[in-house]
Amino acid sequence: MTDATLAAPAAPRSPSRAWAKLRANPVALLGAALVLFFVAVAALAPVLPVPDPTATDWGAVRKAPSAAHLFGTDEIGRDVLSRMIWGAQASLLAGVVSVGIAVAIGVPLGIAAGYWGGWTDAAISRVTEALLAVPFLILAIALAAFLGPSLTNAMIAIGLSAMPIFIRLARGQTMSVMTEDYVEGARAIGLGHGAIIGRYVLPNIFPPILVQATLTIATAIIAEASLSFLGLGQQPPSPSWGSMLNVAKNFLEQAPWMALWPGIAIFLVVLGFNLLGDGLRDALDPREL
Amino acid sequence: MLGFIARRLVIAIPTIVLISIFVFALQKLLPGDPVLAMAGEERDPAVLELLREKYRLNDPIPHQYLAWIGGVLQGDLGFSLRTQQPVLDLVAEKLPVTIQLAVMAMIIAVLIGIPAGILSAVRKGSWIDWLANLFALSGLSVPNFWLGIMLILLVSVKLGWLPASGYRPLSEDPLLSLQTMIMPAFVLGTALAATLMRHTRSAMLGVLRADYIRTARAKGLRGRTVILKHALRNALVPIVTISALLFGELLAGAVLTEQIFTIPGFGKMIVDAVFNRDYAVVQGVVLCTAVAFIGMNLLADVAYRWLNPRMRDQG
Repeated sequence: MTDATLAAPAAPRSPSRAWAKLRANPVALLGAALVLFFVAVAALAPVLPVPDPTATDWGAVRKAPSAAHLFGTDEIGRDVLSRMIWGAQASLLAGVVSVGIAVAIGVPLGIAAGYWGGWTDAAISRVTEALLAVPFLILAIALAAFLGPSLTNAMIAIGLSAMPIFIRLARGQTMSVMTEDYVEGARAIGLGHGAIIGRYVLPNIFPPILVQATLTIATAIIAEASLSFLGLGQQPPSPSWGSMLNVAKNFLEQAPWMALWPGIAIFLVVLGFNLLGDGLRDALDPREL
Repeated sequence: MLGFIARRLVIAIPTIVLISIFVFALQKLLPGDPVLAMAGEERDPAVLELLREKYRLNDPIPHQYLAWIGGVLQGDLGFSLRTQQPVLDLVAEKLPVTIQLAVMAMIIAVLIGIPAGILSAVRKGSWIDWLANLFALSGLSVPNFWLGIMLILLVSVKLGWLPASGYRPLSEDPLLSLQTMIMPAFVLGTALAATLMRHTRSAMLGVLRADYIRTARAKGLRGRTVILKHALRNALVPIVTISALLFGELLAGAVLTEQIFTIPGFGKMIVDAVFNRDYAVVQGVVLCTAVAFIGMNLLADVAYRWLNPRMRDQG
């Protein structure tokens, strides 16, 4: 997993300057365009003029791409383009929801560890180190296996597996913010913990968390595809790019298009999030020249 | 250095204890009665009770944990529900296969990633830099199981150059072993090469800005000598340590790669165990992976101190 840890010794760049820098970065814009394209495809799936992704047609089994089926058909005659479009929903949903879980649990724990220090920090840090010691995908597979195969459980498993990265990042960032004069000042005038965290810690640790979240969505999409490929994610007949590849590998000689499109889609959407994440890091990191 | 290693080992103990608690708790997450999963078709209450007693499932959970961890410390990771083999024997049987795959993948990653990173840093801003960065980002974005499928389609199905699947131990038939492993190693290696390229580029860029490089150039040394003898030598310190840390990625990547190429290794074992509901094997694999990962982390720290003379002297 790409680590966007930024030590943040300086104040983050102002939102308007960061936005201007992001807009001036063509590679980041390409990433944003790729992401927006797939988000639009996923959102518009119900209204796009494509067949039902689960409708089988035994008269059109494993048909090569043609005018009737632009991306061909699969082993039971389902339209591959339609399954690709609906599969985008599963992939993006898994990416966003699992990272949402990781952020929602990881960031408060990281802030608590960095803010209070002492035993709170020691306890949270030891658990984080233990979780980080298990490779991300192996942890996700183990959790998904014990929770049972489904898209929801895959999202929970991926979210919990990605959580330690956010704990570590939020902890480091909070510790860095806590040494700043304005936090000392806030304490001196008697502001409570909640106010200090809400007004000073959260806004200052937000940029690196946003960068890490964007990059982790890319990792989570690959993880969901990997779990679905193994049969631990989205269950048939609902479409997902990973499960489509799982079936496609059995028909490589007869229907290579079945394996081609889902892979290209995963590659492009993950590339989009990676480019956008790199661009955000350049735009938000004050030390970036 | 020995004092440093001893300190790091002591620090690793609580982490390992926590991992063991987590691995043990995985079994408790299991929905339903684990005894029913063990018993299969058997539903006789007396037999089920016997199994509960045998596996101490009637004991309080802390007692169950202590009994389990006591066994683990003596090398008893339990038995596979499917094959009835000790989990430790299964791990010992499958690990050499994955190690061969991992070593071959790492060699490929180093051969691609480090030269690409050096070139990219030396020619910063040029088309070579742009191309190397594009390669790195593509390597990080492509799902390796799809790359594997595409390579099977091209190299095995269309061109017939290499076998699509199977495994032969290196000791039995070295040539066939390398033939069956080269494609999976390439799939696994390209993703690592991308990470390695990015780190090499970053380390080289940092070193190339250093005063001693300017001095070496001012002395009139050839560009190649400056880069290979002065810059790369210093940039290698973080690269070597990062290579050790990539071990975790290698193991995770092996899960899918072994599945696609039907390689009977550590990664395939965990997937098969998941589908056979062989939870003792899943637990054993997660525990062994985590301990190995901590070991590699320790090795990375030791390598860093050993390679860096300023830190080596700190003891």
